[in-house]
Amino acid sequence: MNEWVSLNRDSGRGEAASTTTKVRAERVNVHYGDNHSLKDVSIEIPDRGVMAFIGPSGCGKTTFLRCINRMNDVIPIAKVTGKIFIDGQDIYDRKVDVVELRARVGMVFQKPNPFPKSIFENIAYGPRIHGLAKSKADLEEIVALSLKRAGLFEEVKDRLYDPGTGLSGGQQQRLCIARAIAVEPEIILMDEPCSALDPIATAHIEELIDELKSDYTIVIVTHNMQQAARVSQRTAFFHLGNLVEEAPTEMIFNNPKDKRTQDYVTGRFG
Amino acid sequence: MSQHTVASFDADLGTLAGMISDMGARVGRALSDSTRALIERDVQLAQQVIASDRVIDLLQHDVEERAVATIAKRQPMAVDLREIVSTIRIANDLERVGDLAKNVAKRVIAIGDQPPPINFTTGLATLATRVGDQLSAAVRAHHDRNDAQAVAVWKADSAIDALFTSLFRELLTYMMEDPRSIGLCTHLLFCAKNLERVGDHATNIAETAHYVITGELITAERPKADATSAIDPNLLPPAS
Repeated sequence: MNEWVSLNRDSGRGEAASTTTKVRAERVNVHYGDNHSLKDVSIEIPDRGVMAFIGPSGCGKTTFLRCINRMNDVIPIAKVTGKIFIDGQDIYDRKVDVVELRARVGMVFQKPNPFPKSIFENIAYGPRIHGLAKSKADLEEIVALSLKRAGLFEEVKDRLYDPGTGLSGGQQQRLCIARAIAVEPEIILMDEPCSALDPIATAHIEELIDELKSDYTIVIVTHNMQQAARVSQRTAFFHLGNLVEEAPTEMIFNNPKDKRTQDYVTGRFG
Repeated sequence: MSQHTVASFDADLGTLAGMISDMGARVGRALSDSTRALIERDVQLAQQVIASDRVIDLLQHDVEERAVATIAKRQPMAVDLREIVSTIRIANDLERVGDLAKNVAKRVIAIGDQPPPINFTTGLATLATRVGDQLSAAVRAHHDRNDAQAVAVWKADSAIDALFTSLFRELLTYMMEDPRSIGLCTHLLFCAKNLERVGDHATNIAETAHYVITGELITAERPKADATSAIDPNLLPPAS
């Protein structure tokens, strides 16, 4: 077990939303081969609450999101420089166990991607491999609790052993969120979690994000500006690989300082 | 400002801006017509003002509907949202000014052609001109996105208040001198008060313009010089 992970897992949990910094990025650059996709991004993401990343396609928001749990490591041509700290610890340090890191920093993708297994197994898999459950009863409790927190339990409690892929799109996405929650992460990254969902399923996810934000630091990439305005407390606008502006959400949508932000949020980018 | 990707959004905003300009012009005319009717004792003109208020009310209604529809359809953000909200607010202010002009016109009819026992016109005409200028300057500041002009209108309202206060004293003196003038002077006092209120609406419009342009509300205390609510009638010069 990695040292700092066990030391820091419980830091700052269970208190009211604070203003301490959860994630700090310093001059992060990402190259995909010759393509300089992210340029000198420095940002502080506060502990607990929702931060939204917005910007046109190809602006670097997803690239940066993927740096926070080192998902870019799996792309051979990707080169990440700069520093990213979670609770003051450099996550690109050699000592860091990437598997443990990704348990601390969960991720939910654009398209719901449940494992081709039962609903129960989808949730149980993570806690089992991370050794979070001591007994079968423990595991069942974790599964039930995770489903409850994801607002899915009532809908699936009678068919926990049916395949997860048999659920509706919105339910599958909530299953993926439950799966992320099951390993007790501190940060949840969401990459356009609602773009494949209908408005009702989207409303369920937004409601869920609102409930989760008091316990987790949530970073959400979204193309839906109204969604960013609804769910987030702070918003960062990316453009051409640069972080243009980061501010309280109402500032970004009511009175942004940068002309590029203004043009983007008002729909003036050609 | 550059164009929206969706050109019909620009058309929607353009239509709203046009409606506000139209309303501003109509309300400005109603205001100047009603004071001219008062000064010249023109009952016919007063009736025209009263009839024209219906159009202003309908325009306000249209602006509101169109603004709400645009918000629902486009989900505007930042300056666009402020712009649309501002049209609703300004249309509301202009509609109220229209009502005040109509009220002046009604008083012209009530006064009828009884001969003016006093020369009251100079003070009222000055006030009316001043108020009309403020109103059109405020509407123009919004239309041209001219924050300096909006702030100038906002600051100049105290001059109107001061004019109204002096008219108030003057009319009170007439009433004390000759109780037969009380009926007429009371009507005139209300007309003056109406004009002073129009000044307040012009200030509101200036504040709205400032908000559209800068994204910030004017938080400072508005400079005021309307002292009439504190005037003790016993301290006025006694009737001769």
